[in-house]
Amino acid sequence: MSSLTMRPCGDFRTSYKQDNTIFETKTIKHFAIIAIALLCAAPYLVDAYYLTLFIQISYLGIAALGLNILVGYTGQISLGHGAFFGFGAFASAWLNISFGIPVFLCIPLAGFLTMAVGMMFGLPASRIKGLYLAIATLAAQFILEDFFARAEWFSGGSAGSSADPISLFGFAFDTDESFFYIALFALVFMYIWGCNLMRSREGRAFIAVRDHYLSAEIMGIKLNKYRLLSFGVSSFYAGIGGALYAHYLGYVSAEGFTLFMSIQFLAMIIIGGLGSIKGTLMGVVFMVFLPEALEGGVGLMKMTEWGNIPMVVDGLAYIKEMAIGLVIILFLIFEPEGMAHRWGQIKNYWKFYPFSY
Amino acid sequence: MNFELLIQLIVNGLIVGLLYGVVGMCFVLVYKSTQIVNFAQGEFLLVGAWICWAVLVYLELPFVVGFLLTMVFMAVFGILIQMIVLRPMIGEPIISVIMVTIGLSIFFQALMKWIFGVSAQSYPKVFETESIQIMGLNIEAAYLMSTVIALIIMVAFYLFFKHSKYGLAMRATAFDQQIAQSLGISVKQVFAMSWGIAATVSATAGVVIAMVSGVSNSLSMMGIKVFPAVILGGLDSIVGAIVGGLIIGVLENVAEFFDSQYLQIGNMYDIAPFYVLLIILWFKPYGLFGTKDIERI
Repeated sequence: MSSLTMRPCGDFRTSYKQDNTIFETKTIKHFAIIAIALLCAAPYLVDAYYLTLFIQISYLGIAALGLNILVGYTGQISLGHGAFFGFGAFASAWLNISFGIPVFLCIPLAGFLTMAVGMMFGLPASRIKGLYLAIATLAAQFILEDFFARAEWFSGGSAGSSADPISLFGFAFDTDESFFYIALFALVFMYIWGCNLMRSREGRAFIAVRDHYLSAEIMGIKLNKYRLLSFGVSSFYAGIGGALYAHYLGYVSAEGFTLFMSIQFLAMIIIGGLGSIKGTLMGVVFMVFLPEALEGGVGLMKMTEWGNIPMVVDGLAYIKEMAIGLVIILFLIFEPEGMAHRWGQIKNYWKFYPFSY
Repeated sequence: MNFELLIQLIVNGLIVGLLYGVVGMCFVLVYKSTQIVNFAQGEFLLVGAWICWAVLVYLELPFVVGFLLTMVFMAVFGILIQMIVLRPMIGEPIISVIMVTIGLSIFFQALMKWIFGVSAQSYPKVFETESIQIMGLNIEAAYLMSTVIALIIMVAFYLFFKHSKYGLAMRATAFDQQIAQSLGISVKQVFAMSWGIAATVSATAGVVIAMVSGVSNSLSMMGIKVFPAVILGGLDSIVGAIVGGLIIGVLENVAEFFDSQYLQIGNMYDIAPFYVLLIILWFKPYGLFGTKDIERI
């Protein structure tokens, strides 16, 4: 789960500062900067279709990182992340419409509101652990879903609510190209923040609670406080992701935020790697591209003579769902530490290429 | 206040509650003997009900034969799931095991939708009379049968665990896996058996519910509705599952009654159990009959 075990032998660190960096080596840092710079130029280089995919990756990625902080770093389980994501979306639209707060302020405010709601449901969570928490958050999922459908003052009821695009100094980010930069900025900002959180005292406390909560408590870490805090941080990330989603689509309806969405978030972090920040992003990319790849595959099959089976072509939506379930099971059986682990193994293999010891 | 309606609803609640109890019992059985929280419990009901429906409609077999065929299929299905998917997960952290069952649940739900479609299908008629009048109350024949079946299952569970060799082996495994293994009990077999039993018995409940209200994807909600029942009763208590099931069954009907008569909030039938669930977790997380988890250092 932790990156410490992933280091090849012979690669030692001699100071706390080295052990605590965001980027393990200079090369990684340079590559990250180059990647971000390239992404900045993306609207001029790639198709609009890929931009929408990237925007999708960014808001889902922010929410998934929150879930990974809760599940992967603190060892708690949440089955209500989809509902918190939805709460963030509605909260941001609601704050903007009802109080006239500018949208770029609404997004962080929606994050804090979601954090408050999450902590409310997380209160029993601070006393209970693991399994019971999974069930408490399951209850939260259904209660919130019901709330969205009913509270017309908040969510517009079954009709849904509209959300204005983000505007800053009179410039509206209402096209894919312009929203792309907002998404990129939010993604980078939230991920750096997540990295920094994990380097701080709080982050280390989370990991201690996960690894052995009794020892952690003996060492003076307040279990209740850090479990609740972790729950709050996770809902905050979900709220920010949801708010971005709302202002990107311009419209939020109560139907989308089901248990299935919560499970999709869990699938992302399991596929990417529990307790790994870069893994989270890998998992999100995987889960966004999986349905696209299936669609492309079936589209190709339709062209050929042998592959045009009506059962497969018509049942594409179900095949996508089945693929998600199957991918969760296969990853847990064959690669429980996710893609981040595999990536590390590949890197280590090439680092010392012919002599891997 | 409409007493007649209230009593009718309470009776309905007791009947549905017994079914919750049966599904809850299977859940507790799996949890106790294999330490796995089974989120795919609802899919056992769903798969069982669809298989039975397909056998009855496409093969046109008599109900009893179709029902028995379904039972055999479900026993094999449960054992295969345990052997293929859950056996490699022994010793993995609890999050992974929970997620595997969630993955199973998603997979089978989508598979059933793909094969049988999303619209609800009604069962061919099994009973001559639709409903029976007992003491002025309208009770559907299928419900009456479900009550009888549920009671039979409960008695069978009791006898099985109290008096049979395999039941004793399962109880020993639930008590302590290592000791059971050292006494010559095959823990692998016990695990497979408990999944087989859980799948079969849940499928029975699924068929019974489907006979009354038709078979559709919403059957898998039973697997989620069962959580409030087992948490209320205590996760590792079979008696608790039955009591919890009855309480939740009555509660959702009474909530529905008060909602439709006075409050007019709507949708209370589905949501009330979850509020109760949260309240239980706040005040008494180990439920009415569950064993308290005391840790010593």
